[in-house]
Amino acid sequence: MNADGRTETAAPSSLRLVLTLAIAGLISGIAIIGIYETTLPTITANKARELREAVFKVLPGVTQMQPLVYRDEQLIAVQEPGKDEPVVYGGYDEQRNFVGYAMPGAGPGFQDTIALLYGFDPEERQVIGMEVLESRETPGLGDKIYKDAVFVGGFSALSTDPEIVAVKKGTKSAANEIDAITGATISSKAVVRIINETQAAWSERLPPPGAEPPIVEAAPAAGGAGQ
Amino acid sequence: MDNLLWIFISALLVNNFVLTYFLGLCPFLGVSNSLETSFRLGLATTFVMLVTAICAWVLNTYVLIHAPYLRLICFIVVVASTVQFIEMLIKKLSPALFRAMGIFLPLITTNCAILGLAIFATNRGYGFWEGLVYALGAGIGFTLALVLLAGLREESELSNIPKLIQGTAMNLIIAGILSMAFMGFAGLFSTT
Amino acid sequence: MKKRDNQSYDEFIKGIWRDNPVFAQVLGMCPMLAVTNSAVNAIAMGGATFFVLVGSSFLVSSFRNWIPKQVRISCFIIIIATFVTIADYTLLALVPKVHKELGAFIPLIVANCLILGRQEAFASRYPTRLAVMDALGMATGFLIALFSLGAVREILGDGALFGVKLFSENFDPWIIMILPPGGFLTLGVILLFFNWFKYKKDEFLEDVAEAERSGN
Repeated sequence: MNADGRTETAAPSSLRLVLTLAIAGLISGIAIIGIYETTLPTITANKARELREAVFKVLPGVTQMQPLVYRDEQLIAVQEPGKDEPVVYGGYDEQRNFVGYAMPGAGPGFQDTIALLYGFDPEERQVIGMEVLESRETPGLGDKIYKDAVFVGGFSALSTDPEIVAVKKGTKSAANEIDAITGATISSKAVVRIINETQAAWSERLPPPGAEPPIVEAAPAAGGAGQ
Repeated sequence: MDNLLWIFISALLVNNFVLTYFLGLCPFLGVSNSLETSFRLGLATTFVMLVTAICAWVLNTYVLIHAPYLRLICFIVVVASTVQFIEMLIKKLSPALFRAMGIFLPLITTNCAILGLAIFATNRGYGFWEGLVYALGAGIGFTLALVLLAGLREESELSNIPKLIQGTAMNLIIAGILSMAFMGFAGLFSTT
Repeated sequence: MKKRDNQSYDEFIKGIWRDNPVFAQVLGMCPMLAVTNSAVNAIAMGGATFFVLVGSSFLVSSFRNWIPKQVRISCFIIIIATFVTIADYTLLALVPKVHKELGAFIPLIVANCLILGRQEAFASRYPTRLAVMDALGMATGFLIALFSLGAVREILGDGALFGVKLFSENFDPWIIMILPPGGFLTLGVILLFFNWFKYKKDEFLEDVAEAERSGN
């Protein structure tokens, strides 16, 4: 093995050290900013698409959506919610009629935090869809909260009055009850608890049925139509 | 308060950094032949984690909002500086301890557990107190895992172990069993 | 010229088996166990590490005469962190689903002792050509190790490979394999086999030496 010969020079000055680091930092910074800017459009588009897909999944029949936040005691439509601002999404159909809210919620599950999105119809006061966004539940057991079609399907017409209750599988009798998953009781109940908690947080903020904010046309791709 | 307790216990037991997230494995496998060194390393690491958590929060809140892509480099610099600082501190306060820990002190810098802590806390949007509690739980959990393995290894030194399995293979299998044991902590916080 | 080529080849091949970063050197453990719960994740992580290792080795080796000894570790880390950030954003843009599975472990490539170790031990001391071959070999060895672990865990723990079900419905997957303990156990058993293999090889070589000594 041969290393190329390098003559031993005197210890480099502090200036040289700092300069080397500074140049390395500068080049690194430029490279990173470059890649960031290059990938930003794709990443933003991906995120938006993922959100749209999730919202459309939990609100059947919806073709458009917009974020809604609670400011100055009312629910208003915004283009960009604030960084940590709680937000729900209004879903609208082809005729621009309001269909329901897609509400994000999160909380501790069995293993770790579960993040989900559920669709809520304020007129019927029902949950009309549920989609688990993130979870680390036990594979084969807890992960059935998104893999078990029967469990997920149970959220398609689930009354929220007074609140949702998870019951032992096969004993569902009321409109606000849902069958838990056998062997994954805690994960199932966690999902239900997260939805109930999110409902409790938002019930005061939602306008009465029929008074939801109308869809505002975002700056469209071709030609300006909105206000 | 509920939330803080969940974060702490989760990091400590349920989602132990070493046994569930596989972070900090280099020292875990490398240092755990001595109970005392393991304990000390665990403490040093916990301290670095606490400092890192605070710095990460400060960075995230005030600086990185404008330049999220610099996150990784900033975190690494914070970790390296903290380790440098604690090295100097230990050298000053207790030269004996410094000598005993040897090379493992600077190696804390490449301990994925610390960087992992900063990244996880950022991804989960933890605030100041949450980050601190998370770091505390993670550090103690790390120390716990290290001490457990060290204890087991010290015990097994006197046993007759086939030459074939000695070394890292054995440590990994012991770690696997420990990890299984820790899985039992899941559901610790279920309210039903 | 031929000698140089042989040496390049040597540097490359040593990383695959003899000095395999995971099996022989036991480096790069953290990602090894965390992301190998499926073959796809393992390959993605292996690919990202490949990119970072080769890129960093190339730059470090090219600039080795300009980086003062005193700040070399910091420079290595800056270079590595830059490549990792690039890999992170590229993966996020191109394959967001895989990126989500790998999660925080992509930025953690920075703390992978393998990469920093190679810069310090090799890339900073040898010409670019050899450094790149070394990096290629190590990265390939790492990729192979990750894939074998990921494949075993996915087949046993999920009954599938690359998401394709291999067994009939009756197969009861060994779920522990895709959970953390499975990672530890699988690697432990693989290392066990390596030890056994090495033991047998040493035995064999000893027998050969013995035979030669007794003047056969």
